[in-house]
Amino acid sequence: MQTFDLGKEGLRALNSSLHALKGQTNMTAWEVVNPKGAHAIAAGVDADVDITVRGSTGYYCAGMNKLATIRIKGSAGPGVAENMMSGTVIIDGNASQYAGATGRGGLLVVKGNASSRCGVSMKGIDIVVHGSIGHMSAFMAQSGNLVVLGDAGDALGDSLYEARLFVRGSVKSLGADCIEKEMRPEHYAILEDLLKRGEADHLAKPREFKRYGSARKLYNFNIDNASAY
Amino acid sequence: MCGIVGLFLKDPKLEPQLGAMLTDMLITMTDRGPDSAGIAIYSSAGKGLGKITVQSANPDADFENLDGDLKEAIGAPVAMLVKSTHAVMEVPLGQLEAARSALTHLRPSLKIMSSGENIEIFKEVGLPKDVAARFEVSKMGGTHGIGHTRMATESAVTTMGAHPFSTGSDQCLVHNGSLSNHNGVRRELRRLGMTFETENDTEVGAAFISHKLQTGESLGNALEATLTDLDGFFTFVVGTHNGFGVVRDPIACKPAVMAETDQYVAFGSEYRALVNLPGIEDARVWEPEPATVYFWER
Repeated sequence: MQTFDLGKEGLRALNSSLHALKGQTNMTAWEVVNPKGAHAIAAGVDADVDITVRGSTGYYCAGMNKLATIRIKGSAGPGVAENMMSGTVIIDGNASQYAGATGRGGLLVVKGNASSRCGVSMKGIDIVVHGSIGHMSAFMAQSGNLVVLGDAGDALGDSLYEARLFVRGSVKSLGADCIEKEMRPEHYAILEDLLKRGEADHLAKPREFKRYGSARKLYNFNIDNASAY
Repeated sequence: MCGIVGLFLKDPKLEPQLGAMLTDMLITMTDRGPDSAGIAIYSSAGKGLGKITVQSANPDADFENLDGDLKEAIGAPVAMLVKSTHAVMEVPLGQLEAARSALTHLRPSLKIMSSGENIEIFKEVGLPKDVAARFEVSKMGGTHGIGHTRMATESAVTTMGAHPFSTGSDQCLVHNGSLSNHNGVRRELRRLGMTFETENDTEVGAAFISHKLQTGESLGNALEATLTDLDGFFTFVVGTHNGFGVVRDPIACKPAVMAETDQYVAFGSEYRALVNLPGIEDARVWEPEPATVYFWER
């Protein structure tokens, strides 16, 4: 276990040590102490290592993550796991706005609530939120799955492309071109897998969720609207 | 960007440390805005007393015998505390308005930063650490306070463009964001008799709330009204003689974190601003909801 005291050694030293890890490494377990809400903790990691942050983080923790498993034993500030490529990020507390934004792969788990714009423009990432999510979540979401055990705020899935949104609780309002869709067997299978990997299978069952997706009216060219373009 | 901090103390034992705690919080937010910084501290001047904070570009000349001149003008005792470019004038509460008016005649170049029973505002161009040191904010005690570090967007980097803005007795406001309809709202408020010192958007927000309070609205209703009448991005923190309030616009892209314990309620633009507060590990920490008014009063 490599223990790194962010208060003493500083962010640059941490991130350059993590960036130096490539391919096979025997330094697979890392612990970051005294994060105190600092920005960009463990951003840009590209190695199959396990990093535990003991406390709450500021902007862009685990941004662009590739391969690593990053655990935050506190809450995360704005843009956690932004543009994640692969790997896993697990937050014990809450996540601030635009968690998992533009993520292309991997799994983001928020055990508390996520605030506004969760999964905005997601492009393949899977996000599991044990609590509720704020307004404008999954705006322009393109692919991947967003699973919410609690409620969703206003304008869920506005201008949605092909991401799948699963919400167990209430949805305050749906955004433009986002509609409820039927749950088919393949959706139950996706949910079962994600609830398990998202450490939520003891909290909810797939049949308790509703699925929301794109009505596909907004992003397909419609000749009747030609004059508006 | 801009950085905001706020602290409302519930535990009187912490009151002597208010200035030190706020200064520490504000310095942590320096990289959200290095242009100017300001702080409003609420502490009682004593029973029956009020205070006016004034600012001068030529403090040596303007503050010389200002207390004597003011005493003569209002016919009541005056105590003056000079801190760099600012001076706090203590006068009997009943003479507060007379003193305010006399000051503008005695020294026409003075700027009134604030007046009221409890409020003092210190603000200048520069980094939070330098502004706080200049006015010895960390030595100040009080019941609650608000701090701001500015990255200017809507108007010039000047002392008067720094936050907090005070447009009413014991009232002040700080802002992270930018208002897009401030010119129209300013025109409307001028027509209703409000006066403005700057072309700044935030001053319009402050005057909007002060005007509502003048017409008898509660602070809660005044803050609610910002959601319908002000267009743009805002996280506002407002101070009054006995408390503070928080409101974010419905889009809520300007960050805000709050923490509450038995000893205090604290506000920060980021969690970083709160990490050195006592007992923060066990505090209730949350983000204020969009388009929702919060306030704490004693």
